[in-house]
Amino acid sequence: MNRAQRGAAGSRGLGTMEVKSKFGAEFRRFSLERSKPGKFEEFYGLLQHVHKIPNVDVLVGYTDIHGDLLPINNDDNYHKAVSTANPLLRIFIQRKEDADYSAFGTDTVSRKKNVLSNVLRPDNHRKKAHVVISMPQDFRPVSSIIDVDILPESHRRVRLYKYGTDKPLGFYIRDGSSVRVTPHGLEKVPGIFISRLVPGGLAQSTGLLAVNDEVLEVNGIEVSGKSLDQVTDMMIANSRNLIVTVRPANQRNNVVRNSRTSGSSGQSTESSLPSSTPNVLGQLQGEEESDEEDIVIEDSGEPQQIPKAAPASESVESLSQIELLHESTQNGFLPSTENLSRSAGSISMECEVAEQGRKSLEEDGTIITL
Amino acid sequence: MRRFLRPGHDPVRERLKRDLFQFNKTVEHGFPHQPSALGYSPFLRLMAIGTRSGAIKLYGAPGVEFMGLHEENNTVMQIHFIPDQCQLVTLLDDNSLHLWSLKQQGGASELREEHRFTLKGPPGSPPSATQVTAVLPHSSREVLYLGTESGSIFVAELPWLRVLEGRTISPEAVLQRIPEDNCNRRSCELVEALQEHPKNPDQILIGYSRGLIVLWDLQSNQATQHFLGSQQLENLYWQRDGSKFISCHYDGSYTQWPVSSDNKQSEPLENTVPYGPFPCKAISKIYWQTTKNGLPYIIFQGGMPRASYGDRHSISVIHGSQQTAFDFTSRVIDFFIIFSSDPAAEFDDPSALVALAEEELVVIDLKSAGWPAVHPPYLASLHCSAITCSHHVSNIPLKLWERIISAGSKQNMHYSSMPWPIDGGTNIAPDPPQRDLLLTGHEDGTVRFWDASGVCLHLLYKLSTVRVFLTDADPNDNMNTLGEDEWPPLRKVGTFDPYSDDPRLGIQKIYLCKYSGYLAVAGTAGQVLVMELNDEDAEHVVDHAEADLLQDQEGYRWKGHEKLKTRDGPVRFEAGFQPFVLVQCQPPAVVTSLALHSEWKLVAFGTSHGFGLFDHQQKRLVFVKCTLHPSDQLALEGPLSRVKSLKKSLRQSFRRIRRSRVSSRKRRGAAGNASEVQEANAKFDQDALQEMELAPVQRKIEARSAEDSFTGFVRTLYFADTFLRDSSRHCPSLWAGTNGGTVYAFCLRVPPAERRMDEPVRAEQAKEIQLMHRAPVVGILVLDGRSTPLPEPLEVAHDLSKSPDMQGSHQLLVVSEEQFKVFTLPKVSSKLKLKLTALEGCRVRKVTVANFGSCKTDDYSENDLAVLTNLGDIQIISLPFLKLQIRYPCIRKEDVSGIASCVFTKYGQGFYLISPSEFERFSLSTKWLVEPRCIVDMPEVTSNNHMHNKSGTENAARKS
Repeated sequence: MNRAQRGAAGSRGLGTMEVKSKFGAEFRRFSLERSKPGKFEEFYGLLQHVHKIPNVDVLVGYTDIHGDLLPINNDDNYHKAVSTANPLLRIFIQRKEDADYSAFGTDTVSRKKNVLSNVLRPDNHRKKAHVVISMPQDFRPVSSIIDVDILPESHRRVRLYKYGTDKPLGFYIRDGSSVRVTPHGLEKVPGIFISRLVPGGLAQSTGLLAVNDEVLEVNGIEVSGKSLDQVTDMMIANSRNLIVTVRPANQRNNVVRNSRTSGSSGQSTESSLPSSTPNVLGQLQGEEESDEEDIVIEDSGEPQQIPKAAPASESVESLSQIELLHESTQNGFLPSTENLSRSAGSISMECEVAEQGRKSLEEDGTIITL
Repeated sequence: MRRFLRPGHDPVRERLKRDLFQFNKTVEHGFPHQPSALGYSPFLRLMAIGTRSGAIKLYGAPGVEFMGLHEENNTVMQIHFIPDQCQLVTLLDDNSLHLWSLKQQGGASELREEHRFTLKGPPGSPPSATQVTAVLPHSSREVLYLGTESGSIFVAELPWLRVLEGRTISPEAVLQRIPEDNCNRRSCELVEALQEHPKNPDQILIGYSRGLIVLWDLQSNQATQHFLGSQQLENLYWQRDGSKFISCHYDGSYTQWPVSSDNKQSEPLENTVPYGPFPCKAISKIYWQTTKNGLPYIIFQGGMPRASYGDRHSISVIHGSQQTAFDFTSRVIDFFIIFSSDPAAEFDDPSALVALAEEELVVIDLKSAGWPAVHPPYLASLHCSAITCSHHVSNIPLKLWERIISAGSKQNMHYSSMPWPIDGGTNIAPDPPQRDLLLTGHEDGTVRFWDASGVCLHLLYKLSTVRVFLTDADPNDNMNTLGEDEWPPLRKVGTFDPYSDDPRLGIQKIYLCKYSGYLAVAGTAGQVLVMELNDEDAEHVVDHAEADLLQDQEGYRWKGHEKLKTRDGPVRFEAGFQPFVLVQCQPPAVVTSLALHSEWKLVAFGTSHGFGLFDHQQKRLVFVKCTLHPSDQLALEGPLSRVKSLKKSLRQSFRRIRRSRVSSRKRRGAAGNASEVQEANAKFDQDALQEMELAPVQRKIEARSAEDSFTGFVRTLYFADTFLRDSSRHCPSLWAGTNGGTVYAFCLRVPPAERRMDEPVRAEQAKEIQLMHRAPVVGILVLDGRSTPLPEPLEVAHDLSKSPDMQGSHQLLVVSEEQFKVFTLPKVSSKLKLKLTALEGCRVRKVTVANFGSCKTDDYSENDLAVLTNLGDIQIISLPFLKLQIRYPCIRKEDVSGIASCVFTKYGQGFYLISPSEFERFSLSTKWLVEPRCIVDMPEVTSNNHMHNKSGTENAARKS
C-alpha cells in the first residue's frame, strides 16, 4: 500500500496516463490511473487481456526518458516506469520463447547517450549495463551505496542485500570510542566499529565496508547510546536487508558529488545529520517489506509465501477461501507460471476447498493420524 | 495506513493510559540476601535485619514490614533499637552510624534515615582509635555509648549523634582504680561489650577483649568494681535482677560473676565449658533467662568441640537437665530471645528463640515441650533448594484454595501452634483482592505452593516428585535421628538444604489448571508428570509412557544424562497432588515447554528435539513431532559436547558478575542524590569503556539460518479452539513454536465426552509457518472475533469468562524474540507486525496477556501484552493493534537471572528474583497493587521509669 503511494508521489502529472503497448506488430492503447498503477501482476494480466494472449508467457519492457529499453518484471520497476512516463508509457512485449534479451539495456532504442548522469544514481533496481542486461528473472537487488545525495560526504550509507545470495554477511563489530564535536568542545564518546571482515563474505566482497568504520545508524536508527549487544541484535534482526550508515575510517575514497539534484530522493538535505532523516527510515523499512514474507505450508503441501492480509476494513469481515479466490479472478487474469508463489497459492487454495468439501461430507469419519 | 500514524498523539488515549498503567516495585518477598545483622525491640515488638548490601528491613506482625537502604550500600554490622522509641541505630562497616525513625505519614508509618555520623578522632590518631566495636543506647534515650577498638568509650548525644567530648571514658581513667599488677594498658584494648545495669541506669558494664570487665559508674565517673577474666571475652549478659552477670569466652566457656558494691574485685561464681573437656570454639553470645520454677535457661551460640563439631553452626539451649544444640545448615548471624517485657515481672520467662542464619530465619518455641519450631509467616527461604522455574495462577477458586491449604496443613504438623511471637505494628492494607498462587519449581524435584495474594509470601504446601523415581538417596535417611547418649545433643533445624541428590529431578515447567485441580510438572530429564489433587493419602501405580521424539532418525547420539529410573509397583503418596501419569521424553533432554488442557485431558510437552501430545485420560501418546534440522548435530549430542564453549561462557559470566557487582550497589539509589549516582555511573561507564578498549569484545553479525544450532528447540506450546482449516468450522488445535522461528499447527480431534474413552484422540498437521527472520518463537496466542484472547480451558464452563466469539474471524498472534506478528485465520496472511529488535535493539524475554482495569471506572478493562525485554525493560503493547503503550525500566540488564526468573500475573503484576532467595514484586496496574501499608504506634511510656528497661536484648552486640 505504501509502495503504491510512493509511486504516486513520484509521478509528475495527475489523473490518467496513456499507455501504448506493442506486441508483435500489434499496438494497443489504453490508459492507467497514474496515482494508482496497482501491482505488476495486475498490469501483466491487463496486457495479456488487451492483447488477447491470456496463456502466453511474455517479457515486458518499456522505454525510459533516455530512450533505453528497460524490463518490467516486478512492482518496483513497474512503478518506476509509471512514474517516469512522460507523457506516454511505451510498452514492448515479446514472447518469452523467442525473446531477445540483448534488446534490453542502455542505448538500445534511441541511441541517445547520457550515461554519465546515470552513473551515480542510487537506484539499484536498474542495471547501468554498458552492454547487455542479464535475464530479467535473474534480477535481484544487490548491495550498494545509497542516499549519497542526502548524507554528508564523510558518511556512507551501505545496503547489504543478503537476499538471493549464499554469502554470509561476514563482519564483526566492537565497542570503541570516537571523538565528536559537541557544544562543550571535542569529546570522546563511545561508539561501535567494524572490527573484522570475513574473507569472502558479503561485506568484504562488496568492498563497501572496512575495518574501523564507525557504525552510526542501522536501518535508519541511530546507534549512539546503544550497547554492542543491542546493535548486534538490531543488525541481525535486519540482516535480510541491512542498511548501515558508517563513517568510513578511510575518508579518501568518499564520493565527490558534482550534481546534487540528480538523486531520486528529491530534496537535498546534506547539512542534516543522520538523526534528522526520519522520512528515510520509513522508506528503508517500507522497501524491506517485500522480501520479508514468511512462508506457510498448508496441510503439508507446497511452501508458499504468506500474503498480506486485506486492508483492515475488509478483514473485519470473515474472509473465506472462496472470497479470496473470487478476488483473484476478479483481477482479470491468472498469473503465469513464472510467478510461482502466487499461482501455487491459488492452486493450493483450490485444493483446500476441495478437501474441505470432502471432509464436511464425512464429518465424523476418520482423520488420518500422523 | 493506520499503522504509520505516530503513537501517543491521541489525548483521550493518553488519559486512559494514565488510568490503566502505573509501574511500582511494591514489596520484596522471601529471605534477605546475605543478612549481616539482627536487632529486636521488645517495646515495639519489631525485628530488624540488616544486609551486606546496606538494606535494613523491619518486620512485625504479618503484613507489617518496612525497608530502608543506606546510601553507602555498605554492610550493616549492628542494629540497636533506642529503648522505648520508634528509632534505631545502625552501624555500617565503614564505621558510620545511622539513626532511623518510624514516622507516621498520611496514615501509615514510614522508615526514614534521620541522621548519620562517623566518629572522628583527634588529628593524626590511627583509624582504630575510633573504630566502633560496641554500641549501647542508654535507657535515658539521650545518649549512645560507643566502645572502640582503642578501648575508649565515646558518648554521642541523641538524636543528633554529636560527641559529648567531656564524657569520653578513656582506658587511662578506667585503669586508675585497678591494681597495676593485674592490668596494664593492653588490658583495655578493644571494647568487646557494653551493657547497662538492668536496675541502675547509672552503671554500665564494660567488657574488654582481653578479659577485663569493669562496672563503671556514670555519676562518679569511676570504676566501682572490676572482674578479671582469664580468657578472651566474647560477650556479656546481665541477670534480670542485676545481682549477677554472665560472660562468655573465646575458649568456649562461660563464667558467672557476682555484683556487689563492697567488693572491688570479684571472683567468678562458676566457670563452665559446656562442651568440654576438649578444646571448644568460642561462645559468641549468651543469654541467662530466669524462670518461675527457678531453673534458668542458658542459651548460647557456638561453643562446640573444635575438632569434631567445629564446623557446626549451633545455638544451644540448656534448661535444667534438658539440653539441645540446634544445628543450622548455614552460619548463624545472630539471635535473640523473646521474653517477658513487663517491667514488673520478676522473671524473664522466655517464650521463643529467634535465630537469624545466613539463609533462613528459625524461631523455636521454648514454652512447648520438645521446643518445636514455629512456622514463620514471612521471610520464607525461597531458595531452600534452588528455584528453577516459577508459575503464577491468579484468582484461585475458594474450593481449590482450601484443599491445598488442608493438604499443606498435614505437612506442617510438626510445627508449634504458638502464635507468631513478633507481632508489633498493625497491618492497615486492604485485604488482597483475590487469592493468588505462586508455584516455584526447585532443583531437588519439589514444587512449592506460595500464597502470593498479599504482602507476606507464605508457604501453603510442598509437593515432591521424587517418590516416583528411584534415586540414590535413601528416603529413610533421616539426619535427625540421634541416639540417646549422643553428645553434643544436636538437632537439625530449618529447611535450607541446597544440596540436590540428583540434578535430573529439577523442575523446569509447571502448569496448574485452577478449575480442575490438574497439575502438570516437567523436569530436567525429560520427565512429564500429570497429577490430580486428592484429599487423602493413596497408594497407586503411576502409568508410565515413553515419547521417542527422534522418531527413528538415524545417526544421532545423545551424550547427555540418562533418563530417570522409575519405581515399579504402587507408590504411596500423601494427601495433595498425586501423580497418575508419567511421560518420559527420549532422549531425556530438559523439557522446554509444557501445556495442559484440562477439558480435553491432553498434555503437550516439548524439548530441544521435538514435541509430543499425550492423552492423559486414555493414557496414550497421541503423536510426536521431531523438530530437529538434519544438520543440527549439536542439539542431539546433549550437554556434554559443549565443553569447549564452557570455558568461554564461564569467563563471560565472571565478567558479568564482576560488572553486576559494581552496579548492584547502586540498584536502589535514593532519589535525593541522583546527580551523585549519575556521576558514579558516568565514572563506572568510563572505567568500563577503558576496560573494553584494552580487550575489545567482538560480535559477529550474521543472518540466522536454518542450520543454526538449536533451531528445533520447542519454546512454546499452546492449545486453542479455533478456525485452523476453514472459516466455517472450528476445532481443537495445538500450536508449537521453535527456536528457529517455525510455528507448527496441528488439528486435533477430541471425541465427545460420552465416547472419550472409546475413541482415540487424533491429530493431523495442518500448518507450518516459517518466520523469515527465524527468531525464536516465545509466544503464540489466538484472538477471537472480538480480538479478545481465547479463554483458558474450563474458564467458560465455570462461568468465569464470556464464551469466545466464534462468529468473527480469529487472528493468530505469534511473538518471536524480535517481532510481534498478527496473522489472519484460517488462511494465514500477515496482517500487522511490530518489529521490536530492528527498531530498539532489544529482544523479548517474557510475554503474557494481562488484563488492566481502569482505576477511575469499574466497567472498563482491556487486555494488553506485558513484555519483558532482554534489557530488563517492561513494555505494554496493546491488543490487537500492537501499539507500544508504555515502557518502564525494571531490571538491570546485567541481571540475567533476574530477567530469566520474571513471571507476570494475569492482572498486571509480576515477580522476579533479585537474589537467589528474594522475589521483587512489581505492579503495572493502577488497580491491582499489593504493597505493605502498616502503622506502628508508640506504646505509652511512663516517664522517668528506667526500671523496666529491657535494653539487654537490644544491646547485645553482634558477634560473628
